[in-house]
Amino acid sequence: MKRFIATRILLSIVTLLILSILVFVASQVLPGNVARNILGPLADQASVDELNSQLGTDRSLVVQYWDWVTGLLTGDMGTSAIQQRSVFDIIGDSVVNSAKLALLAFLIVVPLAILGGVYAALKEGTLRDRTISLGGLSATAVPDFVWAVLLIVIFPLGLGIFKPTATAPPGSNVFEQVYYLILPAICLVFVLFGYIARMARAGTLEALDADYTRTAIIKGLPQRTVVRQHVLRNSLLPTIAVVATQIGYMIGGLVVIELIFNYNGLGKALFEAAQRKDIPVLQTGVLLVGVVYLVATLAADILYSVLNPRVRLGSES
Amino acid sequence: MTASTSDLPGADPILAGAVRPDTTSTEERAAQRERLRLLLRSKVFVVGALIVLVWVVCAIFGNAIAPNDPFATDPLKDLTSPNGTYPFGTDRVGRDVLSRVIVGARDILIVAPIATILATVFGTALGLVTGYFRGAVDNMLSRFIDAFLALPTVIIGLLAIVSLGPSRWTVILVIALVFAPIIARTVRAAVLQEREMEYVSAAQLRNERTTYILFAEILPNVMGPVMVEFTVRLGYAIFTVATLSFLGFGIQPPAPDWGLQVFEHYGLISGGYWWPVLFPALAIATLVIGVNMMADGIAKAFER
Repeated sequence: MKRFIATRILLSIVTLLILSILVFVASQVLPGNVARNILGPLADQASVDELNSQLGTDRSLVVQYWDWVTGLLTGDMGTSAIQQRSVFDIIGDSVVNSAKLALLAFLIVVPLAILGGVYAALKEGTLRDRTISLGGLSATAVPDFVWAVLLIVIFPLGLGIFKPTATAPPGSNVFEQVYYLILPAICLVFVLFGYIARMARAGTLEALDADYTRTAIIKGLPQRTVVRQHVLRNSLLPTIAVVATQIGYMIGGLVVIELIFNYNGLGKALFEAAQRKDIPVLQTGVLLVGVVYLVATLAADILYSVLNPRVRLGSES
Repeated sequence: MTASTSDLPGADPILAGAVRPDTTSTEERAAQRERLRLLLRSKVFVVGALIVLVWVVCAIFGNAIAPNDPFATDPLKDLTSPNGTYPFGTDRVGRDVLSRVIVGARDILIVAPIATILATVFGTALGLVTGYFRGAVDNMLSRFIDAFLALPTVIIGLLAIVSLGPSRWTVILVIALVFAPIIARTVRAAVLQEREMEYVSAAQLRNERTTYILFAEILPNVMGPVMVEFTVRLGYAIFTVATLSFLGFGIQPPAPDWGLQVFEHYGLISGGYWWPVLFPALAIATLVIGVNMMADGIAKAFER
């Protein structure tokens, strides 16, 4: 077990290292002259050179990469020359906003999807099972911004409830913020429900089929107790992995939803950074998205191995 | 409603037989006919194929079908709500939304399949190599794949736009790059099973070249998963093309691309002008769902 966790952590660090190089190459090396990109083709060479030495982009690439990575490790993300703000502030604010939206969406979708998946598994093969499974998958297949458009047309425009923008006025309390965030959160519910429900369903079916469940039934335990005590607990394991892989998408990947609902999350911040060629924000923000994903999947893997029912429940019963 | 097709008695042995190399070509052809029969009996596949067919017809004959010129602007009629003359209304410069939706099928139906084909070819090759060699090559490539998969597609698109600039080819490249590792994983898993088969050791004993073993011996036997991956990825590719052109990365104005139309008008939606956004969005949704239904049917037909 310890060996598995150690290997897993080591692999994540290697992956992170490769990711940082990929991000650096894509955002620093390929676009070419940084100052020229900021100042445009009409600027004279002298001011381009001056800005480059100001930004430190006239140094060798290895030095720049080393500077960036060591800066990150010591908590220094640098400053955005274009926005005249520290990268930490720009990214920090947007990450908090992204996390709020992700949290609200997860709070709605996780219990709902698990309930749906477990219910579908208990009714396996019936019309209800197929409705949940196929409905969930179809909802997932529809692009997120199509849901955004549909929800805006139906609710604020058609029925006059909820808001077409997700940014609450400054100083709003939690309930007001939730009211503004509810539509983008519902979009995410549509996108995620199918994935999570499918995993919960598969997990439940497997647990229903397992020896410990059969033993519990033969022991004469009532069905409700069997489901609650033996099946449910184990069926939730595979869903952990799905939730973990989706966190990376929720923090940073929601560019389109955040744009449509005009919400200042990480996705919108990265989009704007890419448009303005604001490299410091872009490369650190993108790396952060990757880190969130890697940490979340790592945590899920470790949790999964610790909670593995075949190890734990096998010895219990 | 889809489960029934794969449960047909007698379907499984034929399908299973088709993927072993020792079967004769007549048996193989019979299996292919059987698979086609299964596909055509699957309601999900047929409905999906019909939806896709409608959009393919629009893509090919769009200019003839469209009631109006999709590029003709009319400042006097901008943002007219849907009515008899303009069933889908007009956009912000008075262009007919219905005509633009019809003609807009072309771009996405060219870009998405090209990108998916590239991704499938590259991913399959990668999967064959990593699955067959395992060891160091596999480990190294797997780390790269992991690094790539840590980022959402949109974010890779953002990076690509900065490094390569906006164009159709950037979109194709991004999709090929992102999807290839995913396809490679599936193919790799299939190859790991195949490489233990006797026909592979036989080929090795015959001293066949590695490329021959990979592409002539193993590849035909993993074509099932490859086909399924291709159709599934095609659905995602359409989704991704639409997203990237929404972000202004791919096809440039005044092209009647669906994602671009949504992008050009989403700011107006809170003002009540929903039609120039809703109809292209629905077009994207129906095409994605159609392709996914086809993918579902194909996956069921290839299931062993």
